[in-house]
Amino acid sequence: MATINIRHMQVNQEGTIASVKVGGELGRRLRDMGLVPGTAIKIQGRAPLYDPVALRLKGFTLTLRNNEADLIDVEVNG
Amino acid sequence: MNFCVALGGNPNAGKTTLFNALTGSRQHVGNYPGVTVDRKEGRYVQNGHDMHIVDLPGTYSLTAYSVEEVVARDFLVNERPRVTINIVDASNLERNLYLTIQFLELGIPTCVALNMIDVARGRGIEIDHNKLSRLLGVPVVPIVARSGFGKKALMDAVETVAEAPLRQPLRVSYGPDLETAIQEMEKMITGGNFLTDLYPSRWIAIKYLENDEQILEKGGGTDPQISDQLEAVTRKVGAHIEETLETYPEAMIADHRYGFISSMLKQGVVKELHDRNRLFLSDRIDKVLVNRFAGPIIMLLVLMGLYQFVFTYSELPVAWCEKAFEWLSDLVSATLSDGLLKSLIVSGVIDGVGGVLGFVPLIMFMFFGIAVLEDSGYLARVAFMLDRVFQIFGLHGSSVMAYIVSGGIAGGCAVPGVMATRTLRSPKERIATLLTAPFMNCGAKLPVFALLIAAFFPQSRARMMFILTLISWGGALLAAKFLRMTVVKGASTPFVMELPPYRLPTFRGLMIHTWERTWQYAKKAGTVILGISVLLWAAMTFPRLPDAQIETYDTQRRGIVSTASPRVVEELEKSAGAQPLSAAAVELKDDLLAVDARQAGAALRHSLAGRIGTGIESVTRWAGFDWRTNIALLGGFAAKEVIVSTLGTAYSLGTVDVEATDSLAVKLAAEPGWRILTAWSLIVFVMFYAPCFVTVVCIARESSWKWGAFSMVFNTSLAFFLAVAVYQAGTALGY
Ligand SMILES: Nc1nc2c(ncn2[C@@H]2O[C@H](COP(=O)(O)OP(=O)(O)OP(=O)(O)O)[C@@H](O)[C@H]2O)c(=O)[nH]1
Ligand SMILES: [Mg+2]
Repeated sequence: MATINIRHMQVNQEGTIASVKVGGELGRRLRDMGLVPGTAIKIQGRAPLYDPVALRLKGFTLTLRNNEADLIDVEVNG
Repeated sequence: MNFCVALGGNPNAGKTTLFNALTGSRQHVGNYPGVTVDRKEGRYVQNGHDMHIVDLPGTYSLTAYSVEEVVARDFLVNERPRVTINIVDASNLERNLYLTIQFLELGIPTCVALNMIDVARGRGIEIDHNKLSRLLGVPVVPIVARSGFGKKALMDAVETVAEAPLRQPLRVSYGPDLETAIQEMEKMITGGNFLTDLYPSRWIAIKYLENDEQILEKGGGTDPQISDQLEAVTRKVGAHIEETLETYPEAMIADHRYGFISSMLKQGVVKELHDRNRLFLSDRIDKVLVNRFAGPIIMLLVLMGLYQFVFTYSELPVAWCEKAFEWLSDLVSATLSDGLLKSLIVSGVIDGVGGVLGFVPLIMFMFFGIAVLEDSGYLARVAFMLDRVFQIFGLHGSSVMAYIVSGGIAGGCAVPGVMATRTLRSPKERIATLLTAPFMNCGAKLPVFALLIAAFFPQSRARMMFILTLISWGGALLAAKFLRMTVVKGASTPFVMELPPYRLPTFRGLMIHTWERTWQYAKKAGTVILGISVLLWAAMTFPRLPDAQIETYDTQRRGIVSTASPRVVEELEKSAGAQPLSAAAVELKDDLLAVDARQAGAALRHSLAGRIGTGIESVTRWAGFDWRTNIALLGGFAAKEVIVSTLGTAYSLGTVDVEATDSLAVKLAAEPGWRILTAWSLIVFVMFYAPCFVTVVCIARESSWKWGAFSMVFNTSLAFFLAVAVYQAGTALGY
C-alpha cells in the first residue's frame, strides 16, 4: 500500500481516497461531488495537455485540474 | 388547491425534461451540467389541483457555489415551495442522494423522482424504490422523464405530500464530537429563538459548522450576539477536530452524510450486476473521442464536418428562398405604382426582412447540427479538452460552454451565452468570459458572413466558415487574455466538472430543439428586424431631395428624350419587355437609367442615414467601408441581422436597375468599391464590434452597466483597429 496524490496516478490505476487536504469552499465543492475518504476511484483518462484528469467514482465521471488533484491523496496497491 | 411545486436536484438529472413533460413547455434541455441557469415557471393541473411548477438550475448542495446554484438554493430555502420534487438520477444514485439528505435535513416537503431508470437498468442497476422510500421517509417514484413514464404516479405522490402535515426533519448522526457541539448550539438557538421561525434549529447548527456564508450572514444580521456565540462553538470544535483527527467539521459532516447514504444503500436498496466503476459504452467511446492525440483532431473534424453538412444541404433551399423573395419583390413592383408605398414595401420590408429570412434554411441546418452535439454529450467533452488551453488565456473550462452557446459553433446567440457564464465561480473569469463571448459568430452574424462568403468566396464556403470560427475563437481568447491581464486580474478558480454519459439524442428532442431556435430566428426577423428595417428605410428615404434638384434630373431626362428620334422613344414606351429592343432604344434606355441611378444615389446621400454614413466615411475609409456599409453597420448596433437587411435596402435604394432581380451577393460582388479585401475587413469588423443591444442589456444585468458600456466601447475600438489593420496591410501588399 502506498499513498500518492491523483496527479501522479496512471490512467486506469485504481485506489481509495485517503484524505482531501483542503478546507473552505473548494474542499466543500470536492466533497459535495463525492470525493470523500474511503471512496474507490479509478483514473479514466487525461485531456490532451495532461490536464484536467477524468476520474471514475461512485459510478460517474468527474473531471478536475491537476491543481485540485494535488490535494487528494489516494491509497493505491503497489 | 393551488400550490407551488419546485423541481430541485443535481445538474443534468433531468429536471427540465420533467418540467417540459409536465407543463408542455419547450425549455432548453441539453446533455451537460448547467443548462438551466435561471428559474422557469409553468402550470400543471390534476384532480382539481392547480400546481405552479418551478424548474430550477441544478445544484450539488444546499451550500451554493456558483451564481446559478444560488438561484436554486434561494428559491428552495427562502421561498419554501409547498412540495419539492427532488429529481434523482438513478444511474448515479449515491451522489444524487447527497442533496436529497440535505433537503430532508432542512425538513422541506419532498417527493423523490427516481429518474433515468432506463439508463440504470441498462447498466444493470436494480433499485428497490419501496425500500428506499421507507428508509428516507418520503415517497420515491421511478420515472423516465424523457418518455413521460411514471409522471402520473409521481404527481399523485406530490398531491399526498402536499396534503400531509409537515414531517420532522431527518437526523443524520455526525459522531460524538460534532453531536456535542450541535446540542450545545441548539440550546443557544432555541433559547434565543434564533432564526427558528425559518429553519429547524439542528439545521442552523449544522450550517454554522459547515461555515455556510449565506446563513452566517443572515444570522449575523438577525442577532449578532448569538451568531458570535455559535461561531465561537464552531471554532472551538473545529480546533479540537483539527488537532485530534486532522480534518475539518465540514469535512466530517460530508463524510457522515455519505456514510449515512452508503449504509442505507447497503440495506438491499441497490443491486448492481456489474462492478460500478467498470467502463460502460460511454467510457469506451471516450477512449477514442477524448484520446490525447486523436481527440483534438476529431474535434476539428467534427466542426469542419458540421459546416460541410450545413453549407452543402442548405445551398439549394437558400437559393429557393432567395428566388421566392425576388419573385415577391417583382410582383409588388409590378402591381404598385411608383411612390413611397412601393419603396417602403420593396426596399424596406421585402429586401430587409427577406434578406434575413432567406437564411432560415441555413440557420435551421446549423441548429440541427448543434442540437446533435449538445444532446449527445459531446460538448461537455469539448469543455474538458479545452480547459487547459482556456486556462492559459485566463479563462475556464466552463467558459467553453458559454462560448459555444454564444456561437462558438456558428449559429448560437450571445444572450443565452452571457447567461451561461453563471456557472463560472470566479467573478473575474466570469466577466472576462461574458465580455468576450459576443465575439463568437452568433446566428445573426451568420447571414452577414454567409452573404460575404457567397459573394467573394463562393468556392470554399464551409472552409471559410471554419476559418472564421477559428479567427473568432482566437480573437476572443487573446482579448480575454488582455482583459485578464488588465481590468479583470485575479487568480483562476478550480475546475471540477461532471462528465455526463453519452446519450443517443431522441428524434423528437432534436426536432423540438431545431424548431424552437429556428422559429425564434424567424420570429425575430418578422418583428424586431422588421421594425428596425422600416425605421432604417425611413432614415434612408427622408429627408427627400429638394424639388429643385428633382427638377434638374427631370430636365436631364427630358433633354435625353428630346434629342432621341421619336420613333425610338415610341418603341421604348410601347415595349413590354418581351421583344428585344433595337440598339438605339437600348442606348436610350441606358441613358435614362443612368440618370435614375444618379438621382437615387443623390437621394440616399441626402437622407438622414446617408448624411450620417457619409459623415463618418472619412474615418471608416481607413477600413475600406463606404457610406452605405456605414449605414448597415450603424443598424447593426441594434441587431446584427440588420446589417444584411440594411445592405439590401441601401443597395436597392441607391441603384435603380430594371434587372434588379440579382441577389445582394451578386450585386456586392459586382460593385466597383468592393473587393475581397473589403469583405475581409468587413467580416473582421462585424465579428468583433459592439454586441447587439439586447446582449449589452444582458451583460449589464449580469454584471453592471459599467461593463455593458465597456463592452460597446472596447469591442468597437478593437474591431475598428483590426479592420483597419487588415485593410491597410492588405492594400500595402497589393490585394
Ligand atoms: N435516458 C434518459 N435520458 C434522460 C431522461 N431524462 C432526461 N434525460 C436526458 O438527460 C439530459 C439532461 O436533461 P435536462 O432536463 O436538461 O437536465 P436538467 O436537470 O434540467 O439539467 P440542468 O439544467 O443542467 O441542471 C438530457 O440529455 C435529457 O435528454 C430519462 O428519463 N432517460
Ligand atoms: Mg435544466
